[in-house]
Amino acid sequence: MASATPVDDEASLVAQLRAGDELAFEQVVRSYGGRLLAVARRIVGSEEDARDVVQDAFLNAFRSLDRFEGNAKLSTWLHRIVVNAALMKLRTRKRKPEQSIETLLPSFLDDGHHEERFKSWDEPVDKLMERAENRELVRKQIDALPEGYRTVLVLRDIEGLDTEEAANVLGLSVNATKIRLHRARQALRTLLAPHFRSDVS
Amino acid sequence: MKCRELADFLNDYVSNELPEESRAHFEFHISKCRNCREYMVQYEVVIKAGKIACGEMSDEMPAMPEELIKAVLATRQKI
Repeated sequence: MASATPVDDEASLVAQLRAGDELAFEQVVRSYGGRLLAVARRIVGSEEDARDVVQDAFLNAFRSLDRFEGNAKLSTWLHRIVVNAALMKLRTRKRKPEQSIETLLPSFLDDGHHEERFKSWDEPVDKLMERAENRELVRKQIDALPEGYRTVLVLRDIEGLDTEEAANVLGLSVNATKIRLHRARQALRTLLAPHFRSDVS
Repeated sequence: MKCRELADFLNDYVSNELPEESRAHFEFHISKCRNCREYMVQYEVVIKAGKIACGEMSDEMPAMPEELIKAVLATRQKI
């Protein structure tokens, strides 16, 4: 899929938006929309819900342009509006049946030892994440996590909600939220391991 | 403490929520067990990698589907 063009001059773009310039609105939607859609999709799961979320969020943002403060980044402001709209969507939604995550969790021998010998990842995280292909891979694997686990991981580790907030949005207990986050991280580790092991790259 | 329990406590350990006594057992085990040490390192990498790859400042730049762009702009004109 083609990429969106980045915005060079946010300040003048904001001025044009405030003046009601149609082309400026289109530029904002084109430049930021794709990434915001990915953020929404990662939280709500379905494409259809993610599109609703993004549409609501843009509408909300355009209505409240006068509340946008010039010293914030437009992309940051839009990101927050989309996350809030996505959380609202989660709250109002019926819970889906859970997919299993067992096969992605570590397994143990009878004596309590790990069944697997973990091969080391020889690069530190900053080094690994310097490569665009690795960032893309991480996004792909997060998107591949079972729904109820992906959502917790995204809210806690990526969007920075605390356990109580995430539990509240998801209608789970604090304890269940913690367990789910832990399993989601373990599953993501399993999915990334074959790519990050020192003997593959 | 066995590797199995250590894996269960990892979440609490990395967020500093493990009570002192369990913490001591945890650290004793991990100082002796290379496999668990490796597992913990990777667990922490995963947490940071997610944030870098999908956070607000990420470089993710997929295009917005054309029909959704049109839909957003059409609703805006009704404001």
